Amino acid sequence: MPETSPAPKQSPSAAGPGVGLLERLGLTRASGVGAAGWGRTLLAAVVSLIYFFPVFWIMLTAFKTYNDALAVPAKFIFSPTLENFVGVFNRAYSAGGQSQDTGFTLYFFNSLFIAGVSVLLALAIGTLAAFGFSRYPLKGNDTYLFMILSTRMLPAIVVIIPIFIMFRVVGLAGTYVGIIALYTTFNLPFTIWMMKSFFDELSPDVEDAARLDGSSDVAVFFKICLPQVYAGLAATAVFGLILTWNEFLFALLLSGVETRTVPVAMAQTIGGALNVHWGLLAATETLFLIPVILVTFLLQDQLLRGVTFGTIKK
Amino acid sequence: MTIADPALGSNGIGRLLSPAWNNWPAALLLFVAGLPLSIALLPSAISFWVSAALAALLATTLVVNAWGRYAGGLLVTPALALLFVMNIFPLLWSFGLSFFSYHANRARAPAWVGLDNYAKVLTDPDIWDRLHNTVILATMTVTLQMVIGFLLALMFAKQFPLRRYLLILVLTPMMLSFVAIGAFFRYYYDPTFGLLSQAVRLFTGQPYILMNSVWGARAGIVFADAWMWSPFVMLLVLAGLVSVPKYLYEAAAVDRVSAWRQFWAITFPYIRGLLLLALLFRTIEAFKLFDLPFILTQGGPGTSTETIAIKVYRVAFENNKTSDSTALAYILLFTVIVLTNLYLYFASQRAREA
Repeated sequence: MPETSPAPKQSPSAAGPGVGLLERLGLTRASGVGAAGWGRTLLAAVVSLIYFFPVFWIMLTAFKTYNDALAVPAKFIFSPTLENFVGVFNRAYSAGGQSQDTGFTLYFFNSLFIAGVSVLLALAIGTLAAFGFSRYPLKGNDTYLFMILSTRMLPAIVVIIPIFIMFRVVGLAGTYVGIIALYTTFNLPFTIWMMKSFFDELSPDVEDAARLDGSSDVAVFFKICLPQVYAGLAATAVFGLILTWNEFLFALLLSGVETRTVPVAMAQTIGGALNVHWGLLAATETLFLIPVILVTFLLQDQLLRGVTFGTIKK
Repeated sequence: MTIADPALGSNGIGRLLSPAWNNWPAALLLFVAGLPLSIALLPSAISFWVSAALAALLATTLVVNAWGRYAGGLLVTPALALLFVMNIFPLLWSFGLSFFSYHANRARAPAWVGLDNYAKVLTDPDIWDRLHNTVILATMTVTLQMVIGFLLALMFAKQFPLRRYLLILVLTPMMLSFVAIGAFFRYYYDPTFGLLSQAVRLFTGQPYILMNSVWGARAGIVFADAWMWSPFVMLLVLAGLVSVPKYLYEAAAVDRVSAWRQFWAITFPYIRGLLLLALLFRTIEAFKLFDLPFILTQGGPGTSTETIAIKVYRVAFENNKTSDSTALAYILLFTVIVLTNLYLYFASQRAREA
C-alpha cells in the first residue's frame, strides 16, 4: 500500500472557524473527495435555497393577513403583520366578537411538558441500561439489543391498538401519566442505542486505572464515564425531544382534551374545515418548527447517529 | 458450588442474623413472617404500608446482594421491565386477541374463533388493495429519495465555502413533523391559491387540481415524503463518501483512470454498505407510512392512497373491529420485524468491519 502523500492545499475556509461537517464526520487530510471552490458554493446555494423554499414560504405566510395568504398570484412583497402570532393563542372567532383563548397555550405547554418529562425519564432509565449493555455484557447481549431496537421500528399503529385498550381498562387514557409512560417507552430503545454507542467509544484505560485505585463501580460510572458522555447525553436528549415533539399518532389516540399536543391540535385545525385560516396555521407551524430548526443546527455533528438511532456512527 | 454469596457463608445462623444490607435471606424471612402478621394484627391502612416497607427491604437486600455479580442484569432491568410492560406485553396480549372475535366498543366477552381473523384478513380484497397502494407509494418514494439523496451527497461531498450553512438548509426537512409538512403541502397543492396550481397556470392558463386524480394524489404524497427524507439518504451516503482514503484517488489520478471507472472502482465500494442501510431503513419507514397521507389526502381520492397503516387505523378505531385489526397488525408486524432484523444484521456487520 502506498504511503499517504502530502496533503493537498485545503481551501481557506476549511481551516477557518466554520469547520464543516466533513471534518467532524472524520474527513481528515487522508480521506475524502477533496475541496471545491466558490463555484460549488454557488451551485449548492441555489439547490439548498430551492430545497428549503417550502419551509421559508410557510414562515413568510405566517406574516401575511388572511387575504394576503390566499392572494393569486402569490405575494412576495406585502406589508407584514404579527396578528397571526397573537391569534394563535388568543383571537375572536367571529368578526367583532370577543377574543378568547384558543387553547394553544395549553397545547404548547403539553407538548413541552410531555416531551420534557418523558425524555428525562427515558434518559435516566436508558443511560443505566446502556452502561449495563456496554460494560457488563449479558448472555445474549446482542439479542437483547436487537429486540429493543425492533420494538422502536414497529409500526406505531400496531403498538397502539393493545395499549389503547389497556389504557382504557386501567383509566390511563387521556392522562399525563399515560401518555408520558408511553413516550418514555417510545424513547427508551433510541436512548439505549444512542448512549451505548457513546459509552462504547470511551477508552477503557481511565476506568481501569480508577478501579485499580479502588474506586467502586458506582463511582466509576458517575465520576468517570458519565462526565465523558455529557455531550452525548445532550444530543440524545435533544433528539428524543424532537421525536416526541413531532409525534402524532400516539398523541392523536391517547391524549384527551386536557393533554392534547400541538400536532394533534394542528391536524384538527386543517381536518374538516373548509376555510382554513392559512396565515394563522402558518404562524402555529412557525412557532412549532423554529425550536426544531435551531436545535438541528446545534446538532449537526450528531445528526447521522441520531437519525439512525445510534446504529450508524460514521 | 461457589461461595460467592457472603450472606450464605459457612456460619449459617450467625450470617442470617447479621444486619448487613445484602442479607436477603433474613429479609425474606422477615417478609414471609411479617406480611401475614401485619395483615392479621394491624388495621388495613397501616398494614399496607408495613408490607410495602417489608417488600422494599427485601428488594433492597436482593439488589445489593446481586450487585457485582449481576451488575449488568440489574442495570438493564428497569429498561427491560418498562419495555415489557408497555410494549411486549400489550403485543402478546393483542396476539392472543387476534384469535378471538372482539369489538372494543361492545360489552360482549371475546369469543374464540381460531385462525378465522387471519383468514378473513388475508382473503379480503380491500386489504390487498391497500397493500398494493402501500407498495406503490413506498417504491416511488424510496426510489426518489435514493436518487435525490445520492445527488445531494455528491454535491456536498467536497469542501467549499459556506458548506456548513447550506447543508443545514437541506437537512432541516427531515427533522420536522409530518403534521406540519402535511399542512405545508395541503397549502401548496391547493387548486386556487396553491403555488403548484399557480405555477401550472402560468403555462396552461387553467388552475391545476393535483389531488383529484389517483396518480396526482400519489405523486403529491411521494413528492412531500421524498422531500422530507432525501436528506436522510444524503447523510448516510455522505458518511461513506468522506471515508474513502484520499490516496486511492491520487493513485487513480496518476494512472489517468476515467472518472466513471474511478467512481465504480474506488468510491462505490465505500458507499455500498451505507446505500443498502439507507434503502432498508427508508423501506421500513415507507412501509409504515401513515401521517402524511392521513393529513394530505385522508386516503383519497377513493381509497387510492390509503396505506395499510391507515387501513389498520380505520378497522381498529373507526369500525371498532378490534380483533380483525390485531390480526392485520400482526401481518404488518411480521413484515417489519423481518426487514428490521435484516437492517440490524447489515448495520452490525458494518460496525464490526469499521
